[in-house]
Amino acid sequence: MNVLVFVKHVPDTETRVKVAADGLHLDLGEANFVINPYDEFAVEQGLQLKERLGGEVTAVTVGNDDAVKTLRQALAMGADKAILCSDAGFDEADPLATARILAAAAGKVPYDLILCGKHGVGGDNQQVGSLVGQLLGIPVVTVVTGMELEGTSLQLKREVEGGTEVVKATLPAVISCQKGLNEPRYPSLKGIMAAKKKEVTAWKAADLGLDPASLAPAFGLQKLELPPPRPAGRVLAGEIPAQVQELVKLLHEEAKAI
Amino acid sequence: MNVLVFAEQRDGKLKKAALEAMSVGREIADATGGTAAAVLLGQGVGPLAEALGKAGADKVYVGDDALFASYSDAYGLAVGKAAQAMAANALVFSATAMGKDLAPKVTARLGIGLLSDVTSFTAAGGAVSFQRPIYAGKAFATLVPAAGKPFGVTVRPNVFPVKECPKAGEVVSLDHGVTPGDLKAVVEKILTAQGELLDVAEANIIVSGGRGMKGPENYKILEELAKELGGAVGASRAAVDAGWIDHSHQVGQTGKVVSPGLYIACGISGAIQHLAGMSSSKVIVAINKDPEAPIFKVATYGIVGDLFEVVPLMTQAVKAMKAAG
Repeated sequence: MNVLVFVKHVPDTETRVKVAADGLHLDLGEANFVINPYDEFAVEQGLQLKERLGGEVTAVTVGNDDAVKTLRQALAMGADKAILCSDAGFDEADPLATARILAAAAGKVPYDLILCGKHGVGGDNQQVGSLVGQLLGIPVVTVVTGMELEGTSLQLKREVEGGTEVVKATLPAVISCQKGLNEPRYPSLKGIMAAKKKEVTAWKAADLGLDPASLAPAFGLQKLELPPPRPAGRVLAGEIPAQVQELVKLLHEEAKAI
Repeated sequence: MNVLVFAEQRDGKLKKAALEAMSVGREIADATGGTAAAVLLGQGVGPLAEALGKAGADKVYVGDDALFASYSDAYGLAVGKAAQAMAANALVFSATAMGKDLAPKVTARLGIGLLSDVTSFTAAGGAVSFQRPIYAGKAFATLVPAAGKPFGVTVRPNVFPVKECPKAGEVVSLDHGVTPGDLKAVVEKILTAQGELLDVAEANIIVSGGRGMKGPENYKILEELAKELGGAVGASRAAVDAGWIDHSHQVGQTGKVVSPGLYIACGISGAIQHLAGMSSSKVIVAINKDPEAPIFKVATYGIVGDLFEVVPLMTQAVKAMKAAG
């Protein structure tokens, strides 16, 4: 059972964002970059499958050279190998370009299953896993909270509005992982030490047989802006029961929210 | 631009989000000079075409077939066929669980770009630009499709109004080309969360609890208020990570990003990743013992007090208000 896990190097969710002076970039200041939180579920799932069925877990990322830290995190958790796809423009690749890079990488590595996070925090596109599956011509199931594997048959649970879908698929497949699928392990000290010695393969566009023209963005960015500040609110005063009466009245008559 | 809208139905009922997407599609077609069509997939779904005509579809491509009885990857193939049949320049999907799963499967097949979770757009004089949140709403990006290239968008539910715009709604049987061999990743069944209130992603009122809830047993008081208001129960990451409530209720950057009409935050301090997920709500109520809690900075109305006193009183007051008509 060989598993590819797609991981992304992202600013953590406590990051405060500012827009840079050009209006086209974010000033992430002192942002702390980490492995995308949803990708931890994907790595964990890959490791559990490997522990049960043997094989190897390979972490793959697209990004700049700093993204190697996220690969090291996956290696420290227990992944066997890592691949860094990095070249000019790769760290600003849009979802389709990212998927083309990852699909090209997947074409060079034997795999039975591809796992990724439900979405990459920050970009919030929730596209790449589905795009890769389509480019590779294999089934895709997204937002998965439960997985059972028998031979090559997968039974998956996926979160939908107000319920859970039970989905059947056959390997090879792409599965995007949602919180609830498992409890990601923390890397052990031994794992962290071992990760430092594991090799990270670096591939550029040419290694992947990619024409840079195929990676051109599908949309042009016109501007980035912060949301408008919310108007100042009112903190009510007085005895609690009177405040509650006033609140319900305000919600009904002034805000017309109930 | 010719615009194709994927009209999501579940259990033979059109989703409200499908009509919202149809209205968006109509407006883009009108502003750029083109036709707007819908594609409708399922079994026995033909009668739903009429509502799409009323919401602005010139044509409705209907794939009424047992092959579409359950959602599967074959939906992507069929929508791609419809896009080719009408020479679509733009595809519009709802940013629902199904739409978010389906849209990239279609756009990858067509080799075109996709913008996720659009919350506003401007269409005028033949050009169109879209705005979407990034970092769960900490910032917004305005983007334009590359000149002359087809593209797709998913539009966030509950954001765009449904506009009556009656058009012919001519029903065309979709030549979908799907065979049983294309049925991959098929939904076998749907387990409905039993006796549960609405999902936070769909609710117009959310009553949400955080660390201040102190334990899982106390969510009952939020459920009672949510029930009285016809809303859903949400939670902060702290409460979900503590195991008090299922993650499907989590609101925030690592949960669901919501924009309801009313968000009532109970015992939630307002960590930045939570605020990102809910601060586009129209009205926010904060109930917290700590007057310094950051949640008060985004609140429309605040009560500094013990949620265990405030919430039950509020449920009673809402009941009384409803009884008084």
